[in-house]
Amino acid sequence: MSSDELTGAEIFVKCLMEEKVEYIFGYPGGAVIGVYDAMHDMSHIQHILTRHEQGAVHAAEGYAKATGQVGVVLVTSGPGATNTVTGIADAYMDSVPIVVFTGQVATHLIGNDAFQEADIVGITRSITKHNFLVKDVRDLAWTIKAAFHIASTGKPGPVVVDMPKDVMASRTAFNYPKEIKLRGYHPFYFGHIGQINKAVEIINSSKKPVLYVGGGAINSNASREVYNLAKKLNAPVAMTLMGLGAFPTDDELSMGMLGMHGTWYSNIAVDQCDCLIAIGSRFDDRVTGNPQRFSPNSKKIHIDIDPSAISKNVKVDVPIVGDVRHVLERLIPLVQPLDTMEWLKQIRDWEKEHPLRYENGDQIRAQYVIQKIYELTNGEAVVTADVGQNQMWTAQFYKFKNPRSSITSGGLGTMGFSFPAAIGAAFGVKDRPIFSINGDGGIQMNIQELTTAVGNKLPIKIVILDNGYLGMVRQWQDMFYKKRYSHVSLGTNPDFAKIADAFGAKGFVTDKTDEVEPILREALKINDRPVLIDFKTVEEDNVFPMIPAGTGVEQMLDYPKSVNELKTTKDRVEATK
Amino acid sequence: MKKHTISILVENKFGALNRIVGLFAARGYNIDSISVGTSEDDSVARVTIVSKGDDDVIEQIIKQLNKLIDVTKVVDLTYEGFVERELVLVKVSANRNTRPELMQISEIFRSKIIDISPRSLTIEATGSEQKVNAMIKMLEPFGIKEIARTGRVALKREFEGLV
Repeated sequence: MSSDELTGAEIFVKCLMEEKVEYIFGYPGGAVIGVYDAMHDMSHIQHILTRHEQGAVHAAEGYAKATGQVGVVLVTSGPGATNTVTGIADAYMDSVPIVVFTGQVATHLIGNDAFQEADIVGITRSITKHNFLVKDVRDLAWTIKAAFHIASTGKPGPVVVDMPKDVMASRTAFNYPKEIKLRGYHPFYFGHIGQINKAVEIINSSKKPVLYVGGGAINSNASREVYNLAKKLNAPVAMTLMGLGAFPTDDELSMGMLGMHGTWYSNIAVDQCDCLIAIGSRFDDRVTGNPQRFSPNSKKIHIDIDPSAISKNVKVDVPIVGDVRHVLERLIPLVQPLDTMEWLKQIRDWEKEHPLRYENGDQIRAQYVIQKIYELTNGEAVVTADVGQNQMWTAQFYKFKNPRSSITSGGLGTMGFSFPAAIGAAFGVKDRPIFSINGDGGIQMNIQELTTAVGNKLPIKIVILDNGYLGMVRQWQDMFYKKRYSHVSLGTNPDFAKIADAFGAKGFVTDKTDEVEPILREALKINDRPVLIDFKTVEEDNVFPMIPAGTGVEQMLDYPKSVNELKTTKDRVEATK
Repeated sequence: MKKHTISILVENKFGALNRIVGLFAARGYNIDSISVGTSEDDSVARVTIVSKGDDDVIEQIIKQLNKLIDVTKVVDLTYEGFVERELVLVKVSANRNTRPELMQISEIFRSKIIDISPRSLTIEATGSEQKVNAMIKMLEPFGIKEIARTGRVALKREFEGLV
C-alpha cells in the first residue's frame, strides 16, 4: 500500500472539491459513517444537516434551481436512501440537476437482505437521468465526474451514485479525470439550421404570434434571448409554471402564466394565435388540457433539447432539437419585426374583460397576501411555492421579474417541497429575500426543517395561507364532486406561530386583512432567523380562471362574482371573434 | 399496428438490460420478443426487441431508448431491410408410427432432431418467425410437449436482394 493512496471516502471529498461543490445537504448513518469521518475536517465544503432526507433533496433542488449549480445530497443506505425517492422523482420531472450519493451495505452483503439494505439503484432507475453502483474504488472518481457531467448537461436531471461501505474504505490512487466521454450520451445543443430556417419562414409570415415559454428557457439561461425575441417580434409571451421569470411578468408583452389556472387572456391568445413558438416547454397536460383542442389554428414551432419531448403530446410543424439559448441566438437575427399592434390590442381587451381578480374584505384573501409580498419585494424575491392553491395564487399574483426566482414543484406536484427548497435557495442566494409560500397542509409535511433553518440562521419568510383545508382538493370536490368534502378538512391544525417560536424562529398569526402588510414589513426586518406567518385566510376560496382537466378553452371558467357562483362562458368563441 | 424490429446496442454492464426492459414496462410499451447477447464488440451487447405499436408509439420508444445513457445505438430495422432468424426447440410426442412422418416434416423445414426417446423427439429449427410458426403448426397434431423460442435476432441487410 503506497502512502499516496486514498480511501474511497477521501476520494469522495476530493472529487466534490474538484467539482467546486459549496454545500452538501445530508444526513449520516451507518453505511456512510466512513464518508462522514472523511468529511469531519473538510474546510471548503459546508455540510448542511437537514432533519429528514427528503428535506435534504428538496434543499438541493432549491439550491440548484436558484443558482443553476448542481445540488448535492449525501444519505445513508436503506431508509436514508428510500427517503430521497420523492425528491429524486421531483427533480426528474422538473429537470433539476442534482447528484444524490447514497450509502450502501458492503458489496459482499448486497442481495443478502442485510441491515439497512435497499436496492436504491433499482428503485430509482425510472426516476433518474442515470444511476450508478460503484463496485470498485478505482471506478469512484470517474463515476463521480460522470455523475456531475450527466446531471448538469443536456436536459438536466438527477443522478444517483450508490456507494457500498467497503468500497469507500478501500484505497487507490486518486486521479480526477479531466473530461468524460460516454459513447451513449451526446446532448445536441445547436439546432438544425434547416429547421431554424423553416421556423423563421413561419414566424415572418405570422400576424398573431405567441411565445409559449417553459422551464427549458430558465435551465439554458436564455432569458435575455427570450426577451430579445419577444421584443423584436412584438410578440406576447405566455409562461408555464416552470417558465415563470424567464420573461419579466411586469412587461407589457407578458400575459403571465397559461394553462389550467393561467390568465384568461393568455389561454385565449394561445387558442387564437396563428403561430405558437414553444420555447423549452413540453405541452404538459396542465397547459394543453385536451391536446386535440389545443391552439388549433396555429403553426407550431417547438424548441427543446429533449428529442422525446417533440410531438409527444401535441404534433408540431417545426421541431428544433437543441438548447434554447443556442437556437434562439441563431434564430433572432433571421426574424423580421412583426406588426402586431392589433393583436396586442385584442389581447389587452381580453385582459380588460377578464383580468386576474379577487375582492378584498375583512377576512384575508390569499391572493391579497401574495399581491402584498410582490409589492413589498418589488417582484425580486426568490419565492418557493408549495403545491395546490397556494402555488397557483403565487404564480398568478407574484409578478416574477427574474429567472431562477420562482421555485416550485411543477411536474411531480410534491407537497412539502416549498420550505426545504427555500432552505436550499437561501444558501445559494444571499442578496434577495427568500419567501416560502405554503398551505396549511403542505407545511406540515416537512415542518421539521425549521430546525435546519433556525440552526443556520436563515432569514426565510415562511408564509402559510391557512384556510384549514387541503384547498385544491376541496376546490375539486366543490366543483366536480357535489361539494362532498371528503377528508380535506384540516380542523385540528396546530398553532403554527407557537411552533415557530418553539423551534427558535419568530412566529406571527393574523386573520385580519389590515394586519397583512404591517406583519410582512416587520418580517422583512428580521434577518437572523426564519419568520413564520400564519395567515388565516378565507376558508372556501377557489382558484380561477380554471380550465377543467382534459377540456379546452371553451370550458374555461372565470372568477365568479361571488365565490359560489360559477360562470361558464361557452359563448367565448363568439364573444372574442 | 405494425410489428417493428428494433436493434439496440447497449453497454455490456450489469443492470443495462434492466434499464431497457424497465423503460418498456414503466411507459406501457409492449414487447413481443426480446433477445440479448454480445455483439461484435465485447463491451457492447445487442438487444433485439420486437414491439407492436402505431408510429407515434414506436417513435417515442426509439427516442426514449436513445435517452438511456447506456444505450449507444438504436435502429428500427423495419424500414431498413433486414435479415432475421429465430431458433426454436420443440419437444413433440412421438412413437413408432409417427416418428417417420415427424422426421419428414423436420427435413422439409431443414431442421435437426437433437434428442430422441421412445415417446418424444426434440427438433431444433431456425428461420424467420413465419417459418418457425409454420413448423409448429405442422407439429401440433402430434402433441407438442414443450417449446423454447429465442425470440427474433436481426441485422440490417447490407445489399438488397441477397439472402
